Amino acid sequence: MSALFEILISASFWAAVIRIASPLVLATMGELICERAGVLNLGIEGIMVIGAFTGWLAVYQGMPLWGGVAVAMSAGMLFGLLHAMLTVPFGLSQHVVGLGVTLLATSTSSFAYRLALPEVTSPPKIEPFQPLDLPVLSDLPFMGEVFFTQTAFTWFAFGTALLVALILFRTPLGLAVRAAGENPSAVEAQGLSVTGLRMGAVIVGSGLMAMGGAFLTLSAFSSFFFEMVNGRGWICVALVVFGAWMPSKAVLGAILFAAFDALQIRLQQTPLGAELPYQVFLMAPYVLSILALILMSRRAEVPAALMTPYNKGER
Amino acid sequence: MRLEPISSPSLARQLGLPAAALGATVLLASLLAMLAGANPFAVLGQIVTGAAGSKFALLETLNRATPLIFTGLAVAVAFRAKLWNIGAEAQLYAGAIIAVLLGTGAIPAPFVLPVTAAVAMLAGALVLLGPVLLKTRLGVDEVVTTLLFNFIMLLFVSYLLEGPMKDPMGMGWPKSEALLKEARLPRIAEGLRLHWGFVLALIAAVVVYIIERRTTFGFEMRTVGANLNAARFAGVPVNRVLIQTALLSGGLAALAGWSEVAGLKGHLSQDLSPGFGYTGIIVAMLALLNPLAVIGTAIFVAGIFVGSDAMSRAAGVPTYIADMLLASALLFMVLAILLTKVRVVRG
Amino acid sequence: MTASDVRAGDIVLRLDNITKRFCALTANAGVSLDLKRGEVVALLGENGAGKTTLMNILFGHYQADEGRVEVFGQSLPPGNPRAALAAGVGMVHQHFTLADNLSVLDNITLGTESLWSRGKGRAAARVRIATLSSKFGLAVHPDARVGSLSVGERQRVEILKALYRDARILILDEPTAVLTPQETDALFETLRKAIALGLSIIFISHKLHEVMAIANRCIVLRHGKVVGEVDTHATDRATLAALMVGSDVALPKAGTKIPGPVLMRLRRISTKAKGTATGLSDLSLDLCAGQIVGLAGVSGNGQAALADLISGLTKPDQGQIAIAGQDPGPWSPRQALHHQIARIPEDRHKTGTISDFNLTENAVLEVYSRAPFSRYGWMNWPAAEGFAKDIIAKYDVRCQGLAQRIRLLSGGNMQKLILGRVLEPGPKIILANQPVRGLDVGAIAYVHSRLIAARDAGAAVLLISEDLDEIQSLSDVIHVISEGRLSPGFARGTRTAAELGFWMAGQGFKDNSHAA
Repeated sequence: MSALFEILISASFWAAVIRIASPLVLATMGELICERAGVLNLGIEGIMVIGAFTGWLAVYQGMPLWGGVAVAMSAGMLFGLLHAMLTVPFGLSQHVVGLGVTLLATSTSSFAYRLALPEVTSPPKIEPFQPLDLPVLSDLPFMGEVFFTQTAFTWFAFGTALLVALILFRTPLGLAVRAAGENPSAVEAQGLSVTGLRMGAVIVGSGLMAMGGAFLTLSAFSSFFFEMVNGRGWICVALVVFGAWMPSKAVLGAILFAAFDALQIRLQQTPLGAELPYQVFLMAPYVLSILALILMSRRAEVPAALMTPYNKGER
Repeated sequence: MRLEPISSPSLARQLGLPAAALGATVLLASLLAMLAGANPFAVLGQIVTGAAGSKFALLETLNRATPLIFTGLAVAVAFRAKLWNIGAEAQLYAGAIIAVLLGTGAIPAPFVLPVTAAVAMLAGALVLLGPVLLKTRLGVDEVVTTLLFNFIMLLFVSYLLEGPMKDPMGMGWPKSEALLKEARLPRIAEGLRLHWGFVLALIAAVVVYIIERRTTFGFEMRTVGANLNAARFAGVPVNRVLIQTALLSGGLAALAGWSEVAGLKGHLSQDLSPGFGYTGIIVAMLALLNPLAVIGTAIFVAGIFVGSDAMSRAAGVPTYIADMLLASALLFMVLAILLTKVRVVRG
Repeated sequence: MTASDVRAGDIVLRLDNITKRFCALTANAGVSLDLKRGEVVALLGENGAGKTTLMNILFGHYQADEGRVEVFGQSLPPGNPRAALAAGVGMVHQHFTLADNLSVLDNITLGTESLWSRGKGRAAARVRIATLSSKFGLAVHPDARVGSLSVGERQRVEILKALYRDARILILDEPTAVLTPQETDALFETLRKAIALGLSIIFISHKLHEVMAIANRCIVLRHGKVVGEVDTHATDRATLAALMVGSDVALPKAGTKIPGPVLMRLRRISTKAKGTATGLSDLSLDLCAGQIVGLAGVSGNGQAALADLISGLTKPDQGQIAIAGQDPGPWSPRQALHHQIARIPEDRHKTGTISDFNLTENAVLEVYSRAPFSRYGWMNWPAAEGFAKDIIAKYDVRCQGLAQRIRLLSGGNMQKLILGRVLEPGPKIILANQPVRGLDVGAIAYVHSRLIAARDAGAAVLLISEDLDEIQSLSDVIHVISEGRLSPGFARGTRTAAELGFWMAGQGFKDNSHAA
């Protein structure tokens, strides 16, 4: 028990929590935008992979780190465009298209990786984002380590979440996106294009997901390997539900989730970790996500038109 | 733009569009081959000969198709009832675990095959029962839960293979003990590298077809999938049907793992399935969820994989081309099928 | 010419030779129409005559195949609702285009500011909404969630949406279908204020007395064509009715019958509200053999809850159901079918049929699990086909054969198949929920005659309809439902429409809360 307590009061633990939460925050915001507009985007897992890969490849080929982030975002938006084309104007099953996009994006990453680096056996590393060394702030006890030794990408992730929240709830654009997910015919009747809004949301959301993936290669692991996203995308889908489609609650969910993840890594080093097989700890994130879904199942804040395609002909 | 239903689509439309989808996939294959610096015609040729150019290649394709028929059927029945079972991978491993657990001496020889098969199906069914009960009782979306179960199951298998089920003779490799000879599916003919699992997969497809078309349960399953509201209104016991469908689906997916262990590998390892559960979705969708067509699409998909492996060795194009082609074929095909039913009109 | 310098009597809107085809169906064939400033033109026609399609073209939801639309002398680009809104055309849709989870303010301001702006005008928007509300008599709270509003209030929001955008031309699509007679009067008051302020109105309806009350001119559509244009001062209801229908259709005479024993008894039943749908509150009702009970009421007042209850889709939270004096056991759709309740659902496309299934499969949808259709878990398809064939012959379902998918049938034929499906087993109790909605005159007469015949054969019929005329002409006893409460039963001909409207508006219940 004291081991647990020691972990929970250590600054390095909370610094890790913020770090682990960052990619989840970005990708969860991406999924949240899509779902707020009425589109379930199950392409998230693959789009995170393509983001992780393209971001890494761009930097490996000599681009600056933020250039890599931009490349990742563009690649994600491209796959978002594919998803949006098929699910919005054509109204195809969002389940099937989402899984198809995930399979396509994942295999494209693997194919391109092999094409770009046919010979390598161990994944090459890049120089990742470095912790920001802020004068005074970084030297603060505890808080300094938790908040002010993070990389710029982490700040960017949390800043993005704030921006998403502001746009969704404080601007005419956000109102229109939310209305598209609640009742598309209300949007159409006010002279706005449901197709445009939904496609835009899916494309922008996919860009965020890809940047979440890029965080893994550019800020966390500094190299790309297959299976590195490892279900994080699906976890983000669960986090959107857990956050009841609210950006603030979803960010809290991501932090909570990251805390459990950071905790399980550290618990593996304790006597408890020696007793239990390490797989039990690795399972924790997935089990936790399922529990979160169960916990939130009775709530009914789901956007009313989620997964309902809109076709002008059917009024 | 707007979509307008076509009341009676022409035959040309019904056949031409799926053909165009296949054509687009072939075109993409050529482009990817050129991207990899290879001759597209050579690459396409090598895929075809690699998949079906010799007896050996063909048998390899059919071997690879066997688990895909099972997982394809599992997905097809579930999707037919609009039960989004994306967890065939987990159910497959459940079947594989049972095959090892009961096939290494626990069951007396004469019964071992039927018993392991039955228990494997039960185990797969139970794995899907959790998510489906969460769906029917609490309204938890099954897509995410079944997906997450895949990761949990893989870690569970990893634990088993490094712990209680680890083969003491395995030189430290995380794999299980080998199955007893009686617990293994024999080859169809002496010297033919194809096991009875393939025949069982064909039988399973026919059985599932009969269930869907001829039984009361099959009718109920189709009503639930085609229009949930109308099914509920007409007195179809929707939740019971969803649970039964899940049991069938999970059982079929488990047979994939069972037949891979009992027919092909002879033991359980962590790389038993290179994503057969996920590929089953492609197989089922390409077959338009028709159980008999699953046989054909599974062999086609297996051929692409086997052919790409062979092509990759010869032409140096990464073998992941197969996954790319299949994922695109899936997207092309769902679009083509939609366009056989609707036309795009302005305004 | 712009909206501001139009004088009274000038033409503000011109539809010129509009033609619109959907596959084989011609919804509008060369329709032309003029609207002057300060005028109310009624667009009159049966269901399916092409009124709504025409207005959707004007508003830009659809694109016409031929013809053009001119607003204030300017040609409108086709298929562009934004252009129509900008030109001063506002549409009040029959099915409100409101997002339930958003506030009134959000719904009204949606799309009125540039999507790329910061959007600062919320305080100003509030003031403007308040001004419009008082000017046109449309009281509604701007911060209320639309989902919590009554149907009448939602309509006010829908009208405010148009006025907020400075609409000079208002199109109202069947606006009174969801209102009590009293609420309709209030709406007309609002419309008169709008006309006085120089707006012009197109009023779509199939209710003749309303058209006579509000419109200056009346244009009658039939099968997508204009078949008549008359000044309302120079005509009468009979002339309009003849124009609308084309030929005289003999309405079935309901007659009367002495009621038999109570077949279904609902005692003090309450159910919870489902989402925005009203629940039932302490409702008691008897359905007797050989009697048609009509349920009148404004839509959304618990009709759906009562229909769901009788169908078996919901269980009562409080109170009892008795069938022929007995407790029917755990209540479910299958139980309702077991007790010989025939259910004609409100929405034949979404609940009544499975559109991708063929006629045979749809015909046996409610009986598939019984012998001879199902034996030992196997379907007996030949028996099912025999059953379907019988229905098709007896109920005159026009189709291409049993293997045809049901979505290819017309609404009338689909309804006949449903009628056959539920009446053929010889039910004791019939729930007919909006059984003629969207049907043409011939099909309406057919459905009504079948219901009367079933009553004469001894069935207890509950007819739910929002059309008071239909209720009054068919029912032996009329109940009014309001906010989930039921009025006492009124025998045929003992109450006028206005008196029923009084109950529909929720008055009179305080003294009679337990009467039935």
